[in-house]
Amino acid sequence: MKQLTHFLEGFGSAVQLLFQSARFAGTLPRQRARFIDQCYLIGYTTLPIVAILCFFMGSVLALQSGYSMENFGAKQFIGSLVGLSFARELGPVIVAILVAGRVGSAITAELASMKVYQEIDALVTMNIPPARILVLPRLAAVLVMMPVLAIIGNLIGWFGGAVVCKYVESIAIEPEAYFSALRRYMKFKDVGIGLMKAEIFGFVVVLICCSIGLNTRGGPREIGASVTKAVVVSLISILVLDYFVTKVLM
Amino acid sequence: MTHPIHRNPITAVESPALGVTIDGLTKNFGKFQALKNVSFSVEPGEIFVLMGPSGSGKSVLLKHIVGLETATAGRVLINGQDATAEHTLERIRIALVFQAGALFNSLSVYDNLALYPREHRFGDEATISDKVMRALQILSLENSARKFPSELSGGMRKRVAIARALVMEPQLMLYDEPTSELDPVMGATISEIIATLKDEYHVTTIVVSHDRELALGIADRVGILMGGELVFLGPPASLRQPADPRIADFFHPRIDLKNPRFKNLET
Ligand SMILES: Nc1ncnc2c1ncn2[C@@H]1O[C@H](COP(=O)(O)OP(=O)(O)OP(=O)(O)O)[C@@H](O)[C@H]1O
Ligand SMILES: [Mg+2]
Repeated sequence: MKQLTHFLEGFGSAVQLLFQSARFAGTLPRQRARFIDQCYLIGYTTLPIVAILCFFMGSVLALQSGYSMENFGAKQFIGSLVGLSFARELGPVIVAILVAGRVGSAITAELASMKVYQEIDALVTMNIPPARILVLPRLAAVLVMMPVLAIIGNLIGWFGGAVVCKYVESIAIEPEAYFSALRRYMKFKDVGIGLMKAEIFGFVVVLICCSIGLNTRGGPREIGASVTKAVVVSLISILVLDYFVTKVLM
Repeated sequence: MTHPIHRNPITAVESPALGVTIDGLTKNFGKFQALKNVSFSVEPGEIFVLMGPSGSGKSVLLKHIVGLETATAGRVLINGQDATAEHTLERIRIALVFQAGALFNSLSVYDNLALYPREHRFGDEATISDKVMRALQILSLENSARKFPSELSGGMRKRVAIARALVMEPQLMLYDEPTSELDPVMGATISEIIATLKDEYHVTTIVVSHDRELALGIADRVGILMGGELVFLGPPASLRQPADPRIADFFHPRIDLKNPRFKNLET
């Protein structure tokens, strides 16, 4: 029961924060510098880890499917399997999880520490809504950067699969064959759905992390507690949302 | 001096100075009562000094005035309007110098001061820069403009916090222990600034302080809080020979090694 009220409270304040920030959307052009800063933080700093993880996910996926598909003599379809799984499912989820761990945790830590050390209070007394200068630029930046990260993640994941297919002896499929299989069964819509998912996940993650950070109460110890909570809630939200979004967009 | 006119130092727009009324303010934190039915009012253009021992509820009271705490009972009125109402801060410019400074740690000293005028579009960068540098000069901080809060000493942080409040050019100025970490000369400077703002711009001012010099020197009226209760309210002159023994002890604590206070506390 207590958990449920906590959940509803948290959900409520996140939604409220969303509306508060949306009200200030018009100030975004004036906040260009903050927006670009956030794009850099969200995009550029996450990129290396997205690249590494997607490469190995693609490789593992190719290796694993190569092993099981051999039994059906369906090795030539590995390309389309890796391609579709990445575009529709793995790409967006992996990128969102990395953004939650790399960017979301940093956002919560920063905002929670601002709250604990009364910087947020100072902003409020200055009639500078935190939603306007702290939340809005981050939400806008994640909307711009998520598709970019997801596309790069997809490309690297596909490439990882191709490398495995070529160099693992038991599979031994040439890149041309791999990519033509990948292209043959992939529609534009599949990539589109993936990007849409990435967009939704990233946005929700940043919103949750901002909200939990700003709602931190107490002393410095609570900063750590908030970060943990933000990452856990973000990860659960990604996977739960994934199910429903997949179902709707099927 | 019934209704002094507040003059905004930049725009020279004149408006009646603000009055603050604390009306039966009570604040409970769980079972603990931090404020017990406190009532007083601060006249427009007045300097009100709020004193009292540590933990008596002074900071909590200031937070109620800016709407950072919500009262358990009673209310705070600024010019007759509820301080917690959402639009109060939009119409009235209030600056609070936080006890711990509350500087923006990710911004340089300069940007800490410039944030308010930039966000509220006081003018172009050159105008803002003039104002910021002037405020920094007043507080002898002009060489620290590019430093970050983490690179400052305690007293410097305090001065930056005061400078940041000055840049806001507020109608109502609240200081939470502005002189507590400063050397005597800087403390006197702050007292002079507070008095000047009042004389020239009729900025209504509430100062929380333990600084007796400041209270006797610049206050129009003094309030003393003890254990969340207002035990004294009156002109500073009547504090020179306080009748109430609690207040006398607060101002002139005798150091008594034969019968030390902390031993009395233990029993
Ligand atoms: N958020 C809070 N939760 C619980 N108790 C609080 C809270 N804020 C303040 N208090 C309590 O209220 C009392 C008054 O605190 P306050 O900060 O107003 O003291 P103060 O008069 O400003 O003291 P000092 O001179 O040391 O700054 C203290 O006993 C404090 O423990
Ligand atoms: Mg205090």
